[in-house]
Formats: sequence, C-alpha cells, structure tokens
Amino acid sequence: MNVDLSLLAPEIAMAILGLGVLVLGLIVPKGSRHGLGWVTALGLLGVLGLTIAGWNNQGSLYEGIFIVDRYAIFFKVTFLTAAFLVTLGCMRYVDEMGDQSEYYSMMLFATLGMMVLASAGDFMTLYLGLELMTIAFVVLVCFRRTETRSVEAGIKYILLAGMSSAVLLYGLSLVYGVTGSVAISEVGRAVTTEPVPALILGVAMLVAGLGFKISAVPFHMWTPDVYEGAPTPVTSFLAVGSKAASFAILLRVFVAALPGLWAHWTMLVAILSAVTIIVGNLVAIPQTNIKRLLAYSSIAQAGYILVGLVTASEAGIKGVMFYAFLYVFATIGAFTVAAYFYNVTGSDEIKDYAGLSQRSPLMAAVMVISMLSMAGIPPLAGFVGKFYLFKTIVDNYLWLAFIGLIMSMVSVYYYLRVALVMYRDEPVDHTPISLSGPVALTLIITMVATLVLGIYPGPLSEVVNTAAHSFFLP
Amino acid sequence: MEGFPVLLTILLAPVVAAVIMAFIPREEHMLIKCIAATGTFISMALSLYVYFAYDQSLGGLQFVQQVPWIKDLGVTFFLGVDGISLPMLLLTNLIGFSAVFASWNVNHRPRDFFILLCLLITGVMGTFVAQDLFIFLLFYEVVVIPIYILVIIWGSTKRVTKEYAGMKLTIYLLIGSAFLLVGVIALFMKTVAVTGAPDMSFTGLAQAAQGLSDFDQKWLFALMLFGFGSLLSMWPFHSWSPDGYAGAPTAVSMIHAGVLKKIGGYGLIRIALYVLPVGAKFWAPVIAVLGVCGVAYAAMAALAQKDLKYIVGYSSVSHMGYVLLAVASLNVIGLNGAVANMFAHGIMAALFFSTIGFIYEKTHTRWIPDLGGLARQTPRLAVAFMLAAMASLGLPGLVSFIPEFTIFVASFKVYGGLAVVAIAGIIITALYALRAGANTLFGPPRPEYDSLKDIRGPELVPLAVLGTVLVVGGLLPFLLFDMVNSGIVPLMAEISGALQLGGSF
Repeated sequence: MNVDLSLLAPEIAMAILGLGVLVLGLIVPKGSRHGLGWVTALGLLGVLGLTIAGWNNQGSLYEGIFIVDRYAIFFKVTFLTAAFLVTLGCMRYVDEMGDQSEYYSMMLFATLGMMVLASAGDFMTLYLGLELMTIAFVVLVCFRRTETRSVEAGIKYILLAGMSSAVLLYGLSLVYGVTGSVAISEVGRAVTTEPVPALILGVAMLVAGLGFKISAVPFHMWTPDVYEGAPTPVTSFLAVGSKAASFAILLRVFVAALPGLWAHWTMLVAILSAVTIIVGNLVAIPQTNIKRLLAYSSIAQAGYILVGLVTASEAGIKGVMFYAFLYVFATIGAFTVAAYFYNVTGSDEIKDYAGLSQRSPLMAAVMVISMLSMAGIPPLAGFVGKFYLFKTIVDNYLWLAFIGLIMSMVSVYYYLRVALVMYRDEPVDHTPISLSGPVALTLIITMVATLVLGIYPGPLSEVVNTAAHSFFLP
Repeated sequence: MEGFPVLLTILLAPVVAAVIMAFIPREEHMLIKCIAATGTFISMALSLYVYFAYDQSLGGLQFVQQVPWIKDLGVTFFLGVDGISLPMLLLTNLIGFSAVFASWNVNHRPRDFFILLCLLITGVMGTFVAQDLFIFLLFYEVVVIPIYILVIIWGSTKRVTKEYAGMKLTIYLLIGSAFLLVGVIALFMKTVAVTGAPDMSFTGLAQAAQGLSDFDQKWLFALMLFGFGSLLSMWPFHSWSPDGYAGAPTAVSMIHAGVLKKIGGYGLIRIALYVLPVGAKFWAPVIAVLGVCGVAYAAMAALAQKDLKYIVGYSSVSHMGYVLLAVASLNVIGLNGAVANMFAHGIMAALFFSTIGFIYEKTHTRWIPDLGGLARQTPRLAVAFMLAAMASLGLPGLVSFIPEFTIFVASFKVYGGLAVVAIAGIIITALYALRAGANTLFGPPRPEYDSLKDIRGPELVPLAVLGTVLVVGGLLPFLLFDMVNSGIVPLMAEISGALQLGGSF
C-alpha cells in the first residue's frame, strides 16, 4: 500500500508541536515559561503555512479513512487561524492562570482533533478526532481549577459531552448495522431513498449528537454555563473551533453519507435551524454577563450556519464554509476584548463596560464591529456570509429566510445595548486601558479582517467556491 | 478631468477626514472641526462640479467607475450618476457641509462626534452613487450605527429619552431592511433563474426581472415597498420619525430628515419601480392611499404639537406623503415632482432643524409657549426660520413650490379625489408653519432672552448655504427640473411597456 505521508504533514507537525510544547514546559523552569505562548503561536503559523502549501495536494489515505480535499484543507485553515488568534490574544490571561505548557499543549491537541475531524472519511476517524478534541476541551474548560465556576463548567461539559458522544456512537452503530460499512462514501452508496426505521433512528441520533457540539437548540443547555465558567480564551476557541469542526463533520456525514435520506432530514434541519435562531436571539436579550450574552449569540450563529445544510447543495456548503471562516474573526475579536477586560478589571458584567470607548477606543470599536458582524450589518463580513447562506433557501424555505433575517435585526437590539454602555456612559474609573502588543495585534487583525471580508469578499469567495466544489468530487 | 475618479473622491473625502481626526488629540477641538469641514467641503465642491459638468443632452449614467467585485454574485463596484441620483448626491453634500457648521458648538467629545458624522455622510452618499444593488446595500446600513451612537451620546431627552429615540430609529430601519433583504435575495435568485448568469447591477436586474411572473413581481415589490416605505416614514410606519428627530442631535436630525429618509424614496423609484414595474402598477393605488393618509394625518398631528422639533418631524412625514403620491402616479411628471420634492424638502428640513438646533442651544427650550419675540433679539435666526417655514408651506419663489405643484398636476390626473385631499393638506401645513413662526419669533420679546447672541461666524454657514439653495432653486427651477427630467424620462421609457401591460390592483 502506497501511503503519501505528505498529505498528513500538517497533522504530524501539529502532534509534534503539541508534544514539543509539553516537553519544553518540563525542561524550562517555572518562572520563565512566558515565551511558550510565542512558541505556540509561531508554531501554529508554521503549520498554517504548511496546510496552505498543501492546497493543490489532494488525495485520500488508507482507502478513504482519511480524506484530504480542499474542503478539509479550508476547514483546517479556519481552525489554525482561530487557534493562532486565540493564542496571540490570550498570553497574558494564560500567564495569570499559570501552567502554560499544559494549557498550550491541550490547545494544540484540541486543534489536532479538529483537523482529524475535518479529514475524517469514516466513522472511526470521525470518532477519534471528535474525542481528541472533546477531551482536550474538558481539560481546558476547568483549567482555572481553583475556581468553583470553572470546575463546575468542566463537570457539566464532561457529563454532557460524554452523553452526546454515546448518543452519536449509538447512531453511528445503527447506520453501520443497516449499511454494513463505516466508510462515509460506502454508506452514501448504500443508503437509498427507501428508508429503514433503524436508519431513521440512527439519523435522529446523529442529529442529536452533533447538535450538542454545535449547540443547536434543544441541545444547547450546556453552552451558557460552560461558556461563562470556562477561561475566556477557551470559551472563544470552543465557540469558534469546536463549532466549525463539528459543522465540517456534520456536512460530511449528512451530505456525503446520507444524501439518500435528504428528503427525510432536510425539514428537520430547517426546523432545528429556525428554533435555534429564535431561542438563541431571544434569550440573549436579558443577559447581563458579557460571556453569557456571547454564548447565546453563538447559539443563534449556529442556527444561521445550519441554514446552509438545509439544501445540502454546493451553494449551501459554500455558505457554511464562508460563514465559519468570517465567524472566527468576529467571535475571537469579541472574546479577546472580554478576556483582556477581565484581566484588567476582573469583571465580566456588561455594566462594568461603561465608558470603555473612552478608556480604550480600540477595544470598544472591536467589540462593536465584531458584534455587528455577527448581526449581519453591512458592510461587515457577517452580511456577505448571511447573503450566501440565505440565498440557497429563498426558493423553497422562504419562511426560514424571513425568520433568520428578522431575528438578526432583533439581535442588533442586544448588541447595541452593549454599545450603549460602552459609548454613552461615563467610566467609573477613568484610567486608560493600555493594550499589550499581541492583544492589540489580535484585535487589529480581527477588525481589519471583518471589514475587508465585508467590503471585498470576492477573493475569499472564490477560494471557498473551489473548496466547496472539491467536496463533491469523487 | 478625464479618468479622474471623481465620484470615489467625493465618497472618500469624509472618510479620509474621519481617519485623520482619529489620530488628532481629543482636546484640539478647533482642529478637529476644521478637518471635518474640509472633508465635507471637498465633497460638496466636487459634487457641485459634477452637477454642472453632467451632460444632460447625453443623459444616462456618467462619471462611471466599474470594477468587478464578487464574481459569483455578479457584483461590480459600480459607481455612476444620472439625473435622479445627482440631485440627491448634491443634497447630501450641501446638508453634510451645513451639518458640520450646525454642530460647531459641540464641545462634548467632539472628536467622536465628527468622526461618526463623517462616516454617516459617506454612507448616505454611497447609496446614491451606487449602481449595483449589492453595493447599495453595503452603504444602506452603514448609517445605522453612527446614527445610534450619535443619538445616545449627543441627543436630548425631552418627551422621550434619547436612548428610546435612538433605539426606535434603529429598530424601525433594521426591521424594514430585513424585509427588504429577503426581497433582494429572492429577486436575485429569481433573476439568476431567468438569465442563468448573476448580475446585481440595476440595469441587469431590470432586464432579467422582465422574465419574472406577475405574481413574483408583486410580492417582491411589496417587500421592497415595506422596506423603503418605512425608511421614508410612510404612514403607518412613520412613528419613528418625530420621536427620533426629537431625540437626535441637530446634525443627525438634519441629515436624517434631509437626506437619509430620501434613500427610501430614491430606492422606491430607482430599484423597486425600475426593476419591478408590474409590481409597482399593482401596488400604486395602495401607495397613493398611504401617501395621502400620511399627508393628512401628519399635518393634523403637527398642528397639535408644541415642541418645535415634533412639528418639523410630523411635517416631514406629511411631505413624504406627497412624494409617495407622486410615485404612485407612475408618470413622468409625477416622478419629476417626487424627486424634485425630495430635494426641496431636504434643503428645507435641514435648514429648519439647524435653526431649531440654534434656538435650543441658546434658549435651552424648544417648547413654543416658552418662546416668543425672538425676531427682535435674534433677527438672523428669524430669517432662517421664516425661510424654512415659508418653503415648507410651498411659497412660490422658493424651491418647494414647483415640485409640489407638479405633484398635484400629475396626481390629479390619476387619483382625482385623493389629490384634492392632499392639496387640502397644504392649508394645514400653512397653518402650523405660520403659527409656529408667529409664536416663536413674533409677539412681545421676552426679557430673559435679551442677552441672546444672534447666530454669527460659522453658525451662519447653514443659513448661507441652504438659504441660497432655497431661493436659487425657487427662482431658477430649471436648474433642478431639467436635471431630474433627464433622468426620469429614459427610466420611464424603459418601463412604460410593462406599466401599460401589467394588471392593476
């Protein structure tokens, strides 16, 4: 068997990087581990470069267990960009928590899990990637282990993640039982439009299991608590990376393995999407804690992204990928501000953001721009993303387009309340917040990316087109 | 100036000014204001140049700039002006420049104020020069955020709090635009299904939309009517307008009443009517009825107000009713009147709001019973006020007379009875405008206002700029009408076939 290991190069590099950071942490004495963040960030940049360099190197390994198409590569670029930005923005936060090497290596392993997930060509690889990612996140979520809320969040996450994994596994085994294969492509050939009840049950369980990961309503209950309790950089990586990876595999499973049952699950997904959008946005309105607010808003975002799955078409997949990519910048921008603000003031309450526009114009501007991008206000990136998503459904699911667009305008209401506090109110404490270099860099990157992708989305859109196209190539 | 990207320069001058201001220390108020004035002046001067350099005998889109933007959506970065968009562009810049001077006395966080104001002006301008629906949308909502922040920081709390006013403005605009967006996306997908190649330019959409079924045209037009109509404060979606203007700072009231809501009327003509004529034919009677309801209702409501800003707020709803009636007449004369009236009302409303802003700044009240006799103490302010009030009631010789007259001529042919009601609205307008003027400016002067300083120096700029346009536009109406006509005639020629064939309501 001829194995082209160059296809695996990013994953191998990632594993080495993760282990390397862990080992470095053992060698270097406790007081001088601040540089590990830079090692991680630059390492991630290297792996990112390696991944992009492999854009033309497509193929599959071990008879389709591991697929490297442009679809997978694009998602890997998304994860790595997210991981890079999170690392860059969180160094001070991590230094205050301590245990840098464990933190960064867990982060790297979570990213590795996502990369495996994006390339998964059969159910075993899928599960491997999913668990690698989840277990790394469990450690990260309760990383502030002296704080009750963080530990509580960790316990909640591990219990519910375990539960959802069990449901997912059961669903996968039912699909395997009916089709006799674990390879996604073979399952796709075996599943016909004539449904077997066991298969329908399996599909429902897959929806539930993956619905948990993307925090779609009604599987979202863990999200606000875990997002609030986890260290803020972890929250942001959980909101971006874990969600994008789960969408990557969700598309792979539903569009590639279960297209035969499309007629059965499309309505289910449409309803799930509508409910998620409505609940996420409405419950976000009364929130007073910035992390809980962003948690509910990220639930709503998952609902928007689900719209792309409804038609299971190339345009829909393109919409999902485009949105997932720009969502990285908006979310990390908002969470980096929240994390840094917590470092300075020790508070996550929205009312404490009073007068932030005078204490740090950049932080306030990034927060507003990120949030409005999530709300889909032009000329920010979120608008183009929503345009791509909703244009796939106006023909057959016009009601969903109405719900989605009206609710996104409702979301402006709670986003603007944050803007109100930051811009109108006078600060209680007038001392300006000075940003450290890497944090300022992260904020500027996210802001510029959100603006540029919104005003000139042409190039990215073409890259995504080829990536989405590769999904359907044999 | 062959090849010089003049429209792009007009568009970017305020943005550049905003960027420069961001780097200036926040204490240097005078420098900040001068930069804002320079940025908006460049735009105004260039748009005056474009207005007079535009070749009316040639017609069509001129000063065109086209760059392919997003291939798979068929979007081009497409700027250009014709006889419909040029008056609107000029209006924006006249008001934008005046608004900077009307805010000359803003000394609370002026840097933030003028940065947001410049961004706001750019957003409004962009909608008028964009010839591509996607680019139009990009600019359409840029304005939301600056307006919201301007209102909540520099607004005033009277009958409603400024927070309420700001949120109300924002929510109405956004809900309207949500429906508009559904309409736009559906229109795009349906035209792609007709032609097979995406094209988001107005002309491309209009051609492709000829292949749509009548039913599609009708419901798509309804969505756009709701979206644009709520921005134009079409009755019964108008209630944001008086409250919003009352809470907003002077410059925002000027720009919002002066030009921003005109985007609604412009969009209705340039996009909804042009692309979906069959839908327009179907909904025209509804537009006419809503327009006349707006005229009558808002004029009556204005009669009952004692707060100056509420009077002008309701008056602007009432004037937009005329615009809707004119659009609904669906003939060349009517549409000429609609565009010209939007221009005239924009100048008039902006002058009105800037005058009220000065009165409020100096007396700290807008409540008419607390005012009186100001003509004696502040004569120049009184001149500005009366000019605006006279223009509001359509005095011949001022810019708004001929547009209103044109609208009545056009709509009387089509909707006899409704037009009569609308004409009667003029009488009520005269009543409230004159009464407001009389009670504020004339009568015995009040001793507490004896020490008031009249407007002077930079404060005179809005009166000079807008007052000149009011008079010149009234005495030389062809300057405006020939321009508008050169844009409306070809537009109507393109859609007249569809208008005759299409089924009516």
